[in-house]
Amino acid sequence: MRDFEYVAPTTIDEAVRLMAESGNRAKALAGGTDVIVQLRGGRFDIDRLVDMKKIPELNEMSYSEADGLTVGAAVPCHRIYEDATVQEQYPGLVDAAFLIGGIQIQGRATLGGNLCNSSPSGDTIPALMALGGTCDIAGPNGRRSLPVEDFCTGPGRNVLQDGEILVGLNFPSPKANSGAAFLRFIPRNEMDIAIANAAASVVLDDSKENIVSARIAVGAVAPTPMMATAAADGLAGKAASEESIEAAGEAAKAVASPINDMRGTVTQRVHLVGVLTKRALRTAISRAKGE
Amino acid sequence: MPKVHVQTNINGTDMDFLCEARQSLLEVLRDVLGMTGTKEGCNDGNCGACTVILDGRIVDSCCVLGVEAQGRTITTIEGVASPEGLHPLQQAFLEEAALQCGICTPGFIVAAKSLLDREPDADEGRIRHWLAGNLCRCTGYDKIIRAVLSAEDIAAGRGDRSAASTGAGAGAADQRDVYND
Ligand SMILES: Cc1cc2nc3c(=O)[nH]c(=O)nc-3n(C[C@H](O)[C@H](O)[C@H](O)COP(=O)(O)OP(=O)(O)OC[C@H]3O[C@@H](n4cnc5c(N)ncnc54)[C@H](O)[C@@H]3O)c2cc1C
Ligand code: FES
Ligand code: FES
Repeated sequence: MRDFEYVAPTTIDEAVRLMAESGNRAKALAGGTDVIVQLRGGRFDIDRLVDMKKIPELNEMSYSEADGLTVGAAVPCHRIYEDATVQEQYPGLVDAAFLIGGIQIQGRATLGGNLCNSSPSGDTIPALMALGGTCDIAGPNGRRSLPVEDFCTGPGRNVLQDGEILVGLNFPSPKANSGAAFLRFIPRNEMDIAIANAAASVVLDDSKENIVSARIAVGAVAPTPMMATAAADGLAGKAASEESIEAAGEAAKAVASPINDMRGTVTQRVHLVGVLTKRALRTAISRAKGE
Repeated sequence: MPKVHVQTNINGTDMDFLCEARQSLLEVLRDVLGMTGTKEGCNDGNCGACTVILDGRIVDSCCVLGVEAQGRTITTIEGVASPEGLHPLQQAFLEEAALQCGICTPGFIVAAKSLLDREPDADEGRIRHWLAGNLCRCTGYDKIIRAVLSAEDIAAGRGDRSAASTGAGAGAADQRDVYND
């Protein structure tokens, strides 16, 4: 790989200016577990690498009932799954952060990097979507925010314009009687790329017997991670029963338009979307019940 | 592009080096500083042979840039033994014959050290999970897991429990058996 300039700004404004100056010849660096490997592999050629890890706001992780959880774009996975508040309030996020790579990778990899890399199989993305996450973006024209499900636009592509950076992600505080879960299917137990993954979150009524609302997202089965909106909406008002779960799992398969590759076939991936959605829903419901 | 001046602390000693921004910490350790104990396997984050401890966390040094070491504290395999002798893990790896070609060994020892520093009584399932980012093409892993268990005993001054270890991969559920509902 050709050499490049390494810069480590300490403010968002400086980072945006440095990114904007070099346009598409600049890349952001968070944990580097995608971008360093891609640079070395010659995936792209850049003039400037802008390290995000020295900017205080991007290292912040904070929770309040009013504002929910904010996770800065440079916070590595281990900080997320080792945090007592996140463990208690967002077990679905712990599921996802704990699955990325092995311990070495989790020491560096960020949710922000996973999202900005925008791989169809990015493991945390369905979890971020199911939890109703929003992206906080800063750029030359100021700040904007948008739902995670609107962020990825294709394999390796997203809405970020030249000069824009992801500042962080925000998740609303969990509603009463709610629960979420994420899981994936890989041929090994650890350290592999998902053949399919799925995340679900549910809100139950006070009896904890009926579903008020649900969100389901699936990944690795389309050019971007997808919301399974019809499957989730079909659960509203239904009993939190095996029958409802079964129907939602079948319905979720409709959003899958996967490819055949060395990791899995179309038939296998569609099958797995159904299985994983059902399992994610079962766990989400049992977490919502406080089981 | 001019080289970058980096100040860091490696194995308790303050060090300065010059490197190119594109050079990984692994390249800097081996080629700039001549510290060849840290090994290169895959050079893409998958094998863990290049594991070092950076500010208290294990990382793959092939996926860190040398310039990112500025102001940080690093422990490499060269910093694991003390002047008094081998670390319990090193002693146990020898006693349990937990290596063949040895390329993976520094990475396993550094990774296992960071686990035992935190959780001196980690069980077999936890050890296997912690070391999932380290690959070994020679040993079949069981001897490595036995050595880590044995190192816990050496460190705690206990008798050796490793003989009782089954090596059955306890802990993580095998997803292949549960493909269907
Ligand atoms: C061995 C190994 C195992 C892995 N296992 C998994 C796995 O199980 N599941 C999985 O999904 N992925 C996995 N990955 C891929 C990778 O670790 C994840 O995608 C990770 O979350 C990336 O985060 P990062 O902080 O390292 O990102 P980086 O590599 O730093 O950045 C990734 C991309 O995002 C951009 N970016 C980063 N931060 C910002 C920002 N603030 N603003 C704008 N753009 C930004 C970068 O420019 C780059 O394009 C693995 C990688 C390796 C090497
Ligand atoms: S050489 Fe770094 S992980 Fe293999
Ligand atoms: S001993 Fe040869 S790779 Fe582990």
